[in-house]
Amino acid sequence: MRLYAAVAAGSFRRHATYRVATAAGVFTNTVFGFVLAFTFNALWDERPNLGGYDKPEALTYVWIGQALLATCGLMGGGGFAEELIERIKTGDVAVDLYRPADLQLWWLATDLGRAAFELAGRGIVPMAVGALAFDLALPGASGDLWRWPAFLGSVALGVVVGFAIWFLVSLSAFWLMDGAGVVQVAWLCGLFFSGMLLPLTVFPGALGEVARVLPWASMLQVPADVFLGKYTGWGLAKAYGFQAGWAVVLLAAGRVLQLAARRRVVVQGG
Amino acid sequence: MTDRETDAVSDFIELEDVRKVFDVRRKKGFLRRERHEVRAVDGISFTVPRGEIVGYIGPNGAGKSTTIKMLTGILTPSGGRIRVAGIEPSRERTKLAHRIGVVFGQRTTLWWDLPLIDSYKLAHRMYRIPDARFRENLDRCVELLDLADLLAVPVRQLSLGQRMRGDIAAALLHDPEVLYLDEPTIGLDVVSKARVREFLRDLNATAGTTVLLTTHDLQDIEQLCKRVMVIDHGRLMYDGALAGLHEIGESERTLVVDLERELPPLDITGARVLRVEGPRQWLAFPATASAAPLVTEVASSYPLVDLSVREPDIEAVIAKMYADRAELG
Repeated sequence: MRLYAAVAAGSFRRHATYRVATAAGVFTNTVFGFVLAFTFNALWDERPNLGGYDKPEALTYVWIGQALLATCGLMGGGGFAEELIERIKTGDVAVDLYRPADLQLWWLATDLGRAAFELAGRGIVPMAVGALAFDLALPGASGDLWRWPAFLGSVALGVVVGFAIWFLVSLSAFWLMDGAGVVQVAWLCGLFFSGMLLPLTVFPGALGEVARVLPWASMLQVPADVFLGKYTGWGLAKAYGFQAGWAVVLLAAGRVLQLAARRRVVVQGG
Repeated sequence: MTDRETDAVSDFIELEDVRKVFDVRRKKGFLRRERHEVRAVDGISFTVPRGEIVGYIGPNGAGKSTTIKMLTGILTPSGGRIRVAGIEPSRERTKLAHRIGVVFGQRTTLWWDLPLIDSYKLAHRMYRIPDARFRENLDRCVELLDLADLLAVPVRQLSLGQRMRGDIAAALLHDPEVLYLDEPTIGLDVVSKARVREFLRDLNATAGTTVLLTTHDLQDIEQLCKRVMVIDHGRLMYDGALAGLHEIGESERTLVVDLERELPPLDITGARVLRVEGPRQWLAFPATASAAPLVTEVASSYPLVDLSVREPDIEAVIAKMYADRAELG
């Protein structure tokens, strides 16, 4: 376990060296946040209480989305998937495979380190800017301070689910010469079904029902609702259970795929 | 010592009729694909005793890297039997990983964006190296591979030669009993190559580490390996002493003589004149023969000013071997 802690810590430090990229990320997230916030503002003016959120809650949802965009890999695998796919394509994955360590746990540790950095480096500033520019529904009263740690717990589970999905996508590169198609589908699903563009609670009928039980809901919709205090007591436990359930299922699927990849592996590039 | 232990010592690496067949699908028009078998390794058998340095050479695509990947357990052989230190690599990959070191010349195990030392600290954890042992091994590598000034430098900023030395150190911190080197000097300049070779020689002499060296650089072989194996099209074509390659390849050494004046081609037994250029003549003689009698004869019969002996180019020898085989095949 200490090995994987060291891998996660190294990954955190590694991402901390990308100062310019981090600054660019903060800028992009802030601008994207403003665009969405103005859009949501107009939408909630027309339809107050859309999706069960009042306007401050809807705007808070926007800025949580920006904070989690990179952290949970809502648009792309936050760097890890692209890197793993590249390593499979070039055959560098051979180096990962002969280590006395588990491939999936190794990359999970890498991703947790990365996510921790992204949350601190790319999450806090846009959220603070959002809070200054708009009237947000932040937990501040002494009665709801528990929502902050509850939110962090939910984010951690969301990161694991995000990792598990992108790990599956990455491993497809063992079979496909060019994984770009799968990456694009995963990217689009992540953007839409996480609730990045619009909260999933807004979608009516069957589409909404389905969208709310897909794994991507764990990556933004659920953490945001935890933050906004939509889940309390038993409801919160069920929300965690939903996320943890998907994490277990998808990690197990990744395990199966990893075994299959190992068996048929053609480590490319000589 | 029991028989079993004797075996373990005499045959540290054992391959018996090892095969690896890849299924490659080729596109044949729209949606139609043709399956196609590639025999990357096609029935190779050899053993390597503990403490030996063996060169494993062959042209691109001969099956060298595939063999190494099977020896590390990354690839499962399609047939045959492999044992390294008595362990079947593909079954007990993780257990074996603690006992072997691997350097892939064209890939790095180092943490690209972090200081070199971070990769070593990770190896410390990964291989569960006792602290004192880790310290000692790191100090030795740092000294012999001249890494002291590089430890704080991010790996991406290292030159190729520096990175290679860093990678070699990373593969040795856990005291592996065998070291697989896949093209360890590729792309290095002469000074860096010399340093890497010297280090490997020293490692083998002091720690008794078994080394399997894959390379295109025949100087690596000449300077490090007493034994060489040549592989082509997945088959072992030669396994023996470096000198034996010359016999098989019927290679010749060249005696270059400078005479006082221009003379017709010299008549010397056991040699033939290749070229005459003014007072200089080139005489070819079998690489396995001694140059001494030739020199004596030339010196006693002709006005000799100066002479030198040129060793045969092994690259040419091996190329000739491939060509002969291609004709046979």
